[in-house]
Amino acid sequence: MIDTLRLTAEGAKRLLETREISGAELFAAYLEAIGAHDEELHCYLHVCDDPGGDGIPIAVKDVIGTRGIPTTAGSKILENYVPVYDATVVERLKTHGLRVLGKTNTDEFAMGSSTENSAYGPTRNPWDTTRVPGGSGGGSAAAVSAGLAPWALGSDTGGSIKQPSALCGNVGLRPTYGTVSRYGAVAFASSLDQIGPVARTVRDCAYLYSVIARRDPRDSTTVDLPHAVELPEGGDLKGVRIGVPTELNEAEGIEPGVAAAVRAAIELCESLGAEVAECSLPLSVEYGMACYYLIAPAEASSNLARYDGVRYGYRTPNATDRLDMYKRTRDEGFGDEPKRRILVGTYALSAGYYDAYYGQAQKVRTVIKREHDAAFERFDALVCPTSPTVAFPFGARTANPLAMYLSDLLTIPSCVAGLPGLNVPCGLSDGLPVGLQLIGPQFSENTLFRVGHALEQAIGFDSVPERLR
Amino acid sequence: MAIDRDQLLHVAHLARLELRDEEVERLGAQLNDILEAVSKVSELDLDDVLPTSHPLDSVNVWGADEPQESLPVGEALANAPERDGDSFRVPPAGS
Repeated sequence: MIDTLRLTAEGAKRLLETREISGAELFAAYLEAIGAHDEELHCYLHVCDDPGGDGIPIAVKDVIGTRGIPTTAGSKILENYVPVYDATVVERLKTHGLRVLGKTNTDEFAMGSSTENSAYGPTRNPWDTTRVPGGSGGGSAAAVSAGLAPWALGSDTGGSIKQPSALCGNVGLRPTYGTVSRYGAVAFASSLDQIGPVARTVRDCAYLYSVIARRDPRDSTTVDLPHAVELPEGGDLKGVRIGVPTELNEAEGIEPGVAAAVRAAIELCESLGAEVAECSLPLSVEYGMACYYLIAPAEASSNLARYDGVRYGYRTPNATDRLDMYKRTRDEGFGDEPKRRILVGTYALSAGYYDAYYGQAQKVRTVIKREHDAAFERFDALVCPTSPTVAFPFGARTANPLAMYLSDLLTIPSCVAGLPGLNVPCGLSDGLPVGLQLIGPQFSENTLFRVGHALEQAIGFDSVPERLR
Repeated sequence: MAIDRDQLLHVAHLARLELRDEEVERLGAQLNDILEAVSKVSELDLDDVLPTSHPLDSVNVWGADEPQESLPVGEALANAPERDGDSFRVPPAGS
């Protein structure tokens, strides 16, 4: 009997290597778990047949292109789209023998913080099915927490890996910009988008990162890693300098239970030998949201111009001429959130407004980057909550787009700066997971894994949702 | 109000979105709230600051100019909403 709720990828690898289980048995165990729970949770938009082999199964967010397997990005406009090539990251998975279990639910075009923007209906949080799993990568995070996948790939533009991992109680890494190829992924905001791992443990997360991270000649924004990925081992934090940015830890809207769990984890860092001190990112938090919600929509309005009903995806049956076809196809094919962002972005880029909006946001981005650079002259990592709140009920933030945007208040600044961030579960508040966010300078993933692993061992968080134990 | 109905329809046209009346009302109101919130960036005096378009310092990433096999025509057309032989078929241009 394979307990998919508790099996880590590392554990699965061991069972496969010692031939205690076969690849087929392992894949079948996940299909069975999906069959038993996914009708309720709706983590998957598509479930695959076993492609054969003896590798570990993996779930893939539906914004990542998979040859011969539907890839919808959670949008009606890509309803019947079946890619004719694999994204580079999917090639990497296959090279390592990993087998795609299925494609996970996401807010449409990864725009959202709850999966409620998916054209195919929301995913439910395995800890409390009346609540959201976070987003946009709620399907990947919920699948890992509910034992419907040992690990998964996500994508993160302003928090879409880190925030759902926080709300579902698992480990998610947004890697340093440029370390993982986006070739073959559905583009949202190209100067921000990153693909990264979601896993049950920091070691699994680090291993999956080592599989996917490297330069790809087909994505000219990628670079070689300056040093190899190290799987974390130790339990102490001697010599690690940890900064606690006041603004990210005392922002308005942080729930008391979240603040308390994060504070306790910070004290734990100290007792594990880290040097902990307060610091400040005064402009990054205050101006991060405004900066992000100009840059991301501007880039989205450009990226989403490709959905024109000509070469792939949905086309309106109601068109009179070509222009009419473009406009109706896009109105009928896109949901509200992509439309809002396309409109904001088009406005911010249009003649007469460009300097005041997009140009100014790019300058604010420089300021945010500099503030973080200055902090990393004194610290190896920064800590704060990943999400201001625990998982929230369905419908709580859908009426007001700005309220939904605030879900990413604490993840956005470091994304804008291009920095890596790791979510590690650090406790419960009202029975729901609280996530700790570790932010480091560019290419500092090994440090984040080390700190995350030490905390994980010391905290002993049980990643299995209480209602499923 | 940051953006009125005519401006919204103009922007929607630029973005090739045919908004229905109900959407003009609803999205228009939301758009104003969003634009008001993001206008916060104008509070900072950043005349001397250079813009950041990209988080890495990469410049001039060159690739070797080597011919490679391209996608077969059949695969390139596999997802076409409508095709005509080896072409994508589209409605006629308007008057």
